[in-house]
Amino acid sequence: MSIKYTKDHEWISIEGDIATVGISDYAQQQLGDVVFVEVPEVGANLGKGDELAVVESVKAASEVYVPVAGEVVEVNGDLEETPSLVNDEALGSGWFAKLKVADASDLDDLMDEDAYKSYIEGLG
Amino acid sequence: MVNTSDVNRTVLYDLHVELGAKMVPFAGYDMPVQYPDGIMKEHLQTRESAGLFDVSHMGQVVITGNDPAKSIEKLVPGDIQSLKTGEMRYSFFTNEQGGILDDLIITRRENDLFVVVNAACKEQDIALLKNGLAGEAVVEELTNRALVALQGPKSATVLTRFNPEVATMPFMSFKELEIDGVPCFVTRSGYTGEDGYEISIPNENAVAICKKLLAETEVDPIGLGARDSLRLEAGLCLYGHDLTTETTPVSAGLLWAISKRRREEGGFPGADTIVKEIADKPAMKRVGILPEGRAPAREHTEIADMDGNVVGEITSGGFAPSLQAPIAMGYVPLALAAAGTEVQLIIRGKARAAKIVKMPFVEQRYYRG
Repeated sequence: MSIKYTKDHEWISIEGDIATVGISDYAQQQLGDVVFVEVPEVGANLGKGDELAVVESVKAASEVYVPVAGEVVEVNGDLEETPSLVNDEALGSGWFAKLKVADASDLDDLMDEDAYKSYIEGLG
Repeated sequence: MVNTSDVNRTVLYDLHVELGAKMVPFAGYDMPVQYPDGIMKEHLQTRESAGLFDVSHMGQVVITGNDPAKSIEKLVPGDIQSLKTGEMRYSFFTNEQGGILDDLIITRRENDLFVVVNAACKEQDIALLKNGLAGEAVVEELTNRALVALQGPKSATVLTRFNPEVATMPFMSFKELEIDGVPCFVTRSGYTGEDGYEISIPNENAVAICKKLLAETEVDPIGLGARDSLRLEAGLCLYGHDLTTETTPVSAGLLWAISKRRREEGGFPGADTIVKEIADKPAMKRVGILPEGRAPAREHTEIADMDGNVVGEITSGGFAPSLQAPIAMGYVPLALAAAGTEVQLIIRGKARAAKIVKMPFVEQRYYRG
C-alpha cells in the first residue's frame, strides 16, 4: 500500500481497486481547526476533479476534489461527530471517503511522498 | 475606498511576523489573521483570560471646532451633544436614503471629539467629515498613533498593573493616561463582548508597550480571525457585511443608538426615511440564527421559509468556538423575525433546519462600575 498526493493536497491510498482519500497534514495545518466536514453520499459516481467534500474551519469553507474517478463505497461517519480528526490524524482516522477506482490511469500523474514533500517546500 | 494593490503595514507588523502570525491583506493592510495557536484557541483565550489585538488599521480622527459635538450631529443620528467629557458612544454615518455608510465610535474629550472609524471606510469617512463640517470644524487623522485592544476578563487585572486608574473606568469611557510612562488614550471598550480596553499609543512606543502586555502571563496575541468570531458571538455588526448602504438603523436593530431627541429633531441624513420606518416598521430585520447540526452557514447563504421560498440572506456566519456550534446573523422579513421562528438555510443546495434566536449568542460582560 502506498500513499500518493495531488497538487491540491489530497492524499490517496490504494488497496486493490479501492482508493481511500483524505487531505494532507500540510493542508490541515493551513486550514486550521476543522469544525465540519461534508462528505459525499455513498453510491455517488464522481469524476476526477469533481467536488468530493467540503471542509469548514472556523474562518472559511474549502473544497476537496476527487483525485481519481470512481464510485463512493464508504464515507467516514466519525467526522460528523468529531471533525477534529482531520487535524489530529489527517493521514489516518481523518480520512474522508473510499472510492472504487474507475480508471487506474488517473493514478499516474499523482505524486509520491518525496515528490509531494518537495512540492510543498516549493510553496514556501 | 482603499486601494488594495498598495498594501500598508501597521507599526506592529514586524512584531506579528516575529510572533509567527499568518499575515493576510485586510482593508488595504497586511494584518495577522491568526498566530500559531489558531483561531479556536485564540478565541477561547480571549473569553477565558485576555488577548491583545492590533487594530491600528482603523482610522483615529480628532475633530476640533467651536462645538464639534453639535456639528457632527449633521452626519450621524447619535446623541453626541449629551455626551459628557470622557464619555463615548456608538453611532453611524447615514446617507440621504437612511442607509448606513459606516459605523463609528465618538468620544467627547475636553476640547475635541476623538473618533474611531473602520479601516475599509476611513478615507471615505474622513472626506465625509471634512466636507460635512467644512467651516465649522477641523478634521485631522492621527496617523502617528497605533491602536490596540486588550480584551477578556483578565484585561483589567493586567492593565491595572500598568496604571491603577484603569480599574474603575466604566464601559464606554475615555481617559488620557500614562501606560508604561507613555501618554496614551485609554477607552474601556471593544469588539468582543468582553470587558477590555482599547489603547491608542504613539507609534514609536507601540511595539515596546505591546511586548510588555504580551509578557503578562494572562495575555496572548489574537488575530483578526478570532476577532471576527468573538464579535459574532457577541452579536456585534461588521460594516460591509451586516451593515451596508442597503440596511438602515431600523432594519439593523440599532435604534437604541438613536435617542428620542434625535428622532424628534431629525437633522441627520435620511432622518425622514428613518423616522417613517420606525413608525411603519421595517420590511426586513437583522436577526440571530442558530443552524441545527454542525454545518456553518456562511455569508450570502440563502434563508428560506418553511415552504422553501427564499426570503433573506445570512450576512455573517461561522462557527462559534465558545458554543462549539455554528451561529449566524442575517436579514429576514419582519414576520419571521421573532425568536423561535423556524427557517431553512440553503447550504450548498441542501436545505438545513435553523431557528431565529435572540442575540447575543454569548452574554456580554462589560464593566459598568
